[in-house]
Amino acid sequence: MNSTAMSLKASTDLHQVSDRLSFSAMRNWKERLIEAVLLAAAAVSVLTTLGIVYVLLSESVRFFETISIIDFLTDTQWTPLFDDAHFGIMVLVSGTLVSSFVALVVAIPVGTVIAIYLSEFADSRVREVAKPVLELLGGIPTIVFGYFALLVVTPILQVVLPGLPGFSLLSAGLVMGIMIVPYISSLSEDAMRAVPMSMREGSYAMGATRLYTAIHVVVPAAISGLAASYILGISRAVGETMILAVAAGMQPNLTWNPMEPAATITSYIVQVALGDLPHGSIGYQTIFAAGLTLLLITLVFNILGQWLRAKYRENY
Amino acid sequence: MKALTTEEIRAVIARGKLRDNLFKALGIFCLSFALLVIVALIADMVIKGSERFTLDFFLNFASRRATQAGILSAWVGSLLVMFVTALAAVPLGVAAGLYLEEYAKRNWITTVIEINITNLAAVPSIVYGLLALGIFVYQFGFGQSILSAGLTLALLILPIIIVSTREAIRAIPAMIREGSMAVGATRWQTCRYHIVPYAMPGILTGVIIGLARAIGETAPIITIGALTFIAFLPPAPFAGEPAAGLFDWVMAPFTVMPIQIFNWTSRPDPAFEVNAAAAGFVLMAMVLSMNAVAIYLRYKMRKNIKW
Repeated sequence: MNSTAMSLKASTDLHQVSDRLSFSAMRNWKERLIEAVLLAAAAVSVLTTLGIVYVLLSESVRFFETISIIDFLTDTQWTPLFDDAHFGIMVLVSGTLVSSFVALVVAIPVGTVIAIYLSEFADSRVREVAKPVLELLGGIPTIVFGYFALLVVTPILQVVLPGLPGFSLLSAGLVMGIMIVPYISSLSEDAMRAVPMSMREGSYAMGATRLYTAIHVVVPAAISGLAASYILGISRAVGETMILAVAAGMQPNLTWNPMEPAATITSYIVQVALGDLPHGSIGYQTIFAAGLTLLLITLVFNILGQWLRAKYRENY
Repeated sequence: MKALTTEEIRAVIARGKLRDNLFKALGIFCLSFALLVIVALIADMVIKGSERFTLDFFLNFASRRATQAGILSAWVGSLLVMFVTALAAVPLGVAAGLYLEEYAKRNWITTVIEINITNLAAVPSIVYGLLALGIFVYQFGFGQSILSAGLTLALLILPIIIVSTREAIRAIPAMIREGSMAVGATRWQTCRYHIVPYAMPGILTGVIIGLARAIGETAPIITIGALTFIAFLPPAPFAGEPAAGLFDWVMAPFTVMPIQIFNWTSRPDPAFEVNAAAAGFVLMAMVLSMNAVAIYLRYKMRKNIKW
């Protein structure tokens, strides 16, 4: 491109060329400028990542100047706004892990069954209707799910489990699970549909039933895609905020019992943000330390997911 | 191995078929369970909130009395924030997608950008809120304004727009580019007059899905410190005394629909539950209709385009 433009420019000097062609040097300049602008737009995503890392690290470093990292990881109380302040992140991590566990106990089986059904059993008309409907379920705002968990699911659960308090990790986790189902089912279904038809035909030819083929041929072949969808589900659960802020209560509570109310990392951040903490105070810095912990947890799961994908990847 | 009799073979087949059907029933059960949740969610909000579906509800500000409270500042805030988000995210996302598909050379810079976009999609939304709190609110001094919120949500949905733009562009066959360049168009002219217009339905689908996601996001906006009780509107351009500037509303404090719902849901007084239900229904209607438009667009696209 460059050399043609140069030669065109050279030829303008020698011969009489039409104006439209003599414009080409300018045109070349414009092309380069546009490319630079587009590259800058693409670089915004990198800047976002750098911004996230910078903000979380710089505030956390200031936080860890006051609080030792050992206390942060081992203390069993989280009372950053009290006079007798304790900063044991495990309190919040326990809430996050318990609620995520409940969510995944719902989402992984239900999501997988739906995916297998849609990919191996349902006829195309059912699929054409079911997929958009599931997408709608995935598009419902999480605050609406939070409302649903607190004001619809909790009262129903209280009938079944009489001791259940008004706020609990259980009801928040269950609703979170329902929210995650579409993510898992849609990605898993894509993975299973990518398994070549010839493998199923081979299995049917050997006399295997649909279910046997689905479980023993299609699922193993799509396992890396299934794992990726589960990992995405875990990231969603760990990072989910509003359902927990509304329905799980925001009381820090070191517990592994889903029947209790507890704060999670995310609902703690919401709680602090709703209050009026001065910029630069230790309370303000805690939300960045908590955010950093959250980001590291999701990062660990994502690296695990990529490793699983690479390890079990099947190519056909 | 002993040969099976016909009866035994029939029994094996029948058992297999039974298991198939049992699984089929389980699949239908799980699917209808998901469907039931959507129906229950909507039905609950409609029934509980029905008494609030009046014009006043849309035209009143938040109030301490549940029956007089409305969502005026919330829906106006949501619309303005969405406007800023779209203004920032659409050009950036389309430009980035265009760059990655049409311009980028296969080098490490491209690889870094691509890995980055994939990873950003997995970052919890509340972390974007922390980013915005540190950078937009304090470093840039935008404060707890519509501008901060709009830009935060723009960063959040950028990966969605980039990915859908790239998919739409990738579906355009190479002959279109070759044809355009063969008649002397530059790369940009090819993009401007061919690639972008042809990819438009796909880009639009991504934009709508992204905005539907953004309008329902609560966590990042709470994190930047949006207020939950706002009983005024941002200044309209050239209105008031002294007259407001054209862009004064951008820096105004605000609230949005999800925050209003959160506020009403977390109040102990059950009278506010009714408001939360009604506002939740309005928000759901907004999000679901946006999603429906996107699904329809994608459906039409699949039917119409044959290269």
